[in-house]
Amino acid sequence: MIGLEIHCQLTKLESKLFCTCKANYREFEPNTNICPTCMGMPGTLPRLNKKAVEKATMIAMALNCHTPERLGFFRKNYFYPDLPKNFQITQLNMYGPTSIGDQGKVSVEGKEIRIRRIQLEEDPGRLIYEGASEKTAITLVDYNRAGTPLVEIVTEPDFDNPRQVRIFLNVLSDLLQNLDVSDPTLEGAMRADANVSVQDGPRVEVKNIGSFHDLEKAIHFELTRQQSLKERGIEITQETRHWDDKRKITISSRSKEEDEDYRYILEGDIPWVIMDDHAIQSWKKKMPESISSKKERYITKYGIPLQVADVLSSDKYYSDLFEQAHHETNAKEIANLITTDLMGLVDTREKREQSKLIPKHLSDLVDMINSGKVTRSSAKNALVEIVKSGKSVAEIISSTGMTKISDSSELGKIIDEIISQESAAVQQAKENPQTINYLVGKVMQKTKGKADPAITLKILKEKIGI
Amino acid sequence: MSLAISAIDYINGIKNGSITAEEFIAKTLDHIKKQEPKLHAFLSINEDAIEQARQIDKKIKSGQKVGAFYGMPISIKDNICIKGGKTTCASKMLQNYTSPYDATVVSNLKSQDAILIGKTNLDEFAMGVATEFSAFGPSRNPWNVDYVPGGSSGGSAVSVAGLESILSLGSDTGGSVRNPASFCSIVGLKPTYGLVSRYGLISYSNSIEQIGPMGRKVEDVALLLNHIAGKDPYDPTTLTSPTPDYLSGIDVGISGKKIGIIKEMSSGAGLDKTVESVFRNAMSAFEKLGAKIEEVSLDMVQYTVATYYVLTTAEAGSNLSRYDNLRYGYELDSEGYEFKSYISKARRNFGPEVTRRMILGGFVPSAGFAGKYLLKALKVKNKLKKQIQSAFTKFDYLISPTVPVLPFRFGEKIDDPLAMYLADINTVTANLTGVPAISIPYEIRNGLPVGVQIHANILQEKQLLQAGYALQNTTEIPEINL
Repeated sequence: MIGLEIHCQLTKLESKLFCTCKANYREFEPNTNICPTCMGMPGTLPRLNKKAVEKATMIAMALNCHTPERLGFFRKNYFYPDLPKNFQITQLNMYGPTSIGDQGKVSVEGKEIRIRRIQLEEDPGRLIYEGASEKTAITLVDYNRAGTPLVEIVTEPDFDNPRQVRIFLNVLSDLLQNLDVSDPTLEGAMRADANVSVQDGPRVEVKNIGSFHDLEKAIHFELTRQQSLKERGIEITQETRHWDDKRKITISSRSKEEDEDYRYILEGDIPWVIMDDHAIQSWKKKMPESISSKKERYITKYGIPLQVADVLSSDKYYSDLFEQAHHETNAKEIANLITTDLMGLVDTREKREQSKLIPKHLSDLVDMINSGKVTRSSAKNALVEIVKSGKSVAEIISSTGMTKISDSSELGKIIDEIISQESAAVQQAKENPQTINYLVGKVMQKTKGKADPAITLKILKEKIGI
Repeated sequence: MSLAISAIDYINGIKNGSITAEEFIAKTLDHIKKQEPKLHAFLSINEDAIEQARQIDKKIKSGQKVGAFYGMPISIKDNICIKGGKTTCASKMLQNYTSPYDATVVSNLKSQDAILIGKTNLDEFAMGVATEFSAFGPSRNPWNVDYVPGGSSGGSAVSVAGLESILSLGSDTGGSVRNPASFCSIVGLKPTYGLVSRYGLISYSNSIEQIGPMGRKVEDVALLLNHIAGKDPYDPTTLTSPTPDYLSGIDVGISGKKIGIIKEMSSGAGLDKTVESVFRNAMSAFEKLGAKIEEVSLDMVQYTVATYYVLTTAEAGSNLSRYDNLRYGYELDSEGYEFKSYISKARRNFGPEVTRRMILGGFVPSAGFAGKYLLKALKVKNKLKKQIQSAFTKFDYLISPTVPVLPFRFGEKIDDPLAMYLADINTVTANLTGVPAISIPYEIRNGLPVGVQIHANILQEKQLLQAGYALQNTTEIPEINL
């Protein structure tokens, strides 16, 4: 059995959870995105960021959780240099459901994964080890991250295998992006620990996993390790193990830190937040359309094929482009353009950030295709240029001479040349008309994709006489 | 020009030109210089006070708008932050700590042209009833310097009683304003939880403590409350209800009001005979004022001291864990330590009472014991709250002696924490229930002051001050010999 604890930063928020410092700490020099409150200076008090409650509640609702009648915050007490107050303000359901959400569920490829609880808490600062090793004599602390809003999602141990875990994390990542609460592609924005056990054996917690890719590996390693201990009759200890990124194995952490008693107490400085129906309903209304609803709409309304609809709906970047570029008549073509031609050009975070493409480019391009001014393959070339320069479609088409060649006499000359060069292929086409596509390809090659494929085929057939 | 004037008289004196802020501040500073070797009310003195007074005089002369305090000296307990100055909490852990910001109450007073004359002594982190636990030595009771001034806001009470300041701000977690007010024969108010912003008050037990005004007269305390009460966006626990003018109508009297004498605080073996006798005089004074008096039993009161120490140590354990000497603190070489051993080494600089409460605070909320201690204490707190609320359906005020014992000599209770904790029995109820309570100086017996405590219901400070004012006028406190 496998269960997950996922930490997700609410990177789309403006400010930290309890003060007005920036939630986006990544752009700052060390220890410059701080104030007396997030540094826990004596006498300061937390001021709860209401937007964080709203965004976190949206996550809870999207994961079909119950939302509580009132929200409470608790202090988790432990000493660590990255924790300015030596306690973390978090949530706890020990005395009744008072965290952002509980008892949710998500379906992953037909398997139901239950969500135990979701809580809102503050992220600690960051420790930086000189020489990137914990053995170093000097540890530096950067508090820029301290107090940034974090959502912890705890699942029940409902996963059967590492593959389900990976799919679930992808679904979750898409969901968070779609809600516009977080950008999971930012480094450290989404982190996960796993609880692993075999055949009702003791639970082993695996921590310190850097990426989802490694998480899958770590779980796999841990399952195999526990299975082989069991086969040899060796007892499995309930413990916390750390993932060793270099050796790709889990190691017993043996640190006392794990048996720590957090001495939870109520955070009296933050009054109970009453979650009235009115607020919840208005947040529900504000929630973006869900991925599954988008997918459904793309299929039924526009007749977009299932697989295309799937790709389009699950990636917020693509679906936003689609939503802004399409109308009734061009939807299918826009969807195709995005999922076949654009995709390779903007498949990473960096490429997307640098891309100059706007939705209008797509609709203009589809107009050009539909009105017969450019071919599909020219459109593809144009996209490369648009992403790079952001120039208008009209500008690119005219300056690079991408206008489709549909003039019969001009095409006829080119086709004559091809026929004289490719006598063997012409002969073959006469015997087997299917192979004429080879000749069409040659014409396209010669015209750099500008030839109108339908007219080309028609002239070719006439000239060869089939 | 006497330093023994009330805040109201000071303002009138400034307005009619009989005194200037500079004269008054200069005389106050001279007096402080003379008295401090004996009283030790202050941990630091505002070096710019004279210059600030000059600026205010200039504003007055040129007819500019002047704030409500007209350069009046107000002392501030040294667990309330003033930007740029030291805020030590009377602890070696913060002996060099400079706050980067002003507490909300401090910026309010500054904007009303008060002169924050100095930071006053306290029991380390406000834990104690005598200032004997200050890391920088105790303050002394100006009525008799062999006696403790009470605590933890002992320095504040001494500065006001000893004429070193007209007003003071203390903090009250379990009686820390009212206890020293009673021991030093001044007025001290613990406001409703949430009436006064705690932003900038260094937390000891944050769910029950409040900053409270202290002065020689009830009307002075009302004036100070006028300028510190109200909603503060920097303290989400402050209440949104509008605050009245506490000074207007303070003299309406209490004729026809119903007063309950809290039985568990006003009788029994722990009550000193002298205190009891003074309290009886106050009771008859209330009757003469036209109030109806009746005894009321609140049986939960017997558990309040235990409850108070469980709750406050649990919160203190958490609130004080930030003092790890990593980001600020005192010089201590970290060579040869890993961070956990360094932190434990650094934290040995806490004094004995703080250490005692830290140890308790680590224990009572811990897994396996929380149910037996912390959660039980929270249950008592809720029951007590209900009992108080039901008492206030019948009574306008609930009264008791402020402290069941007389001021004691230095060293008398310092080695007996339990006896010391019992001195809180009459004051902790107001903190545990959130209601306001005031201590009114009533008599000096054998040279030692005795105070009377009045409680009112949540946010009934105006009515509470009216009762305090009425009681104050039934007694004459002799002038202090300094």
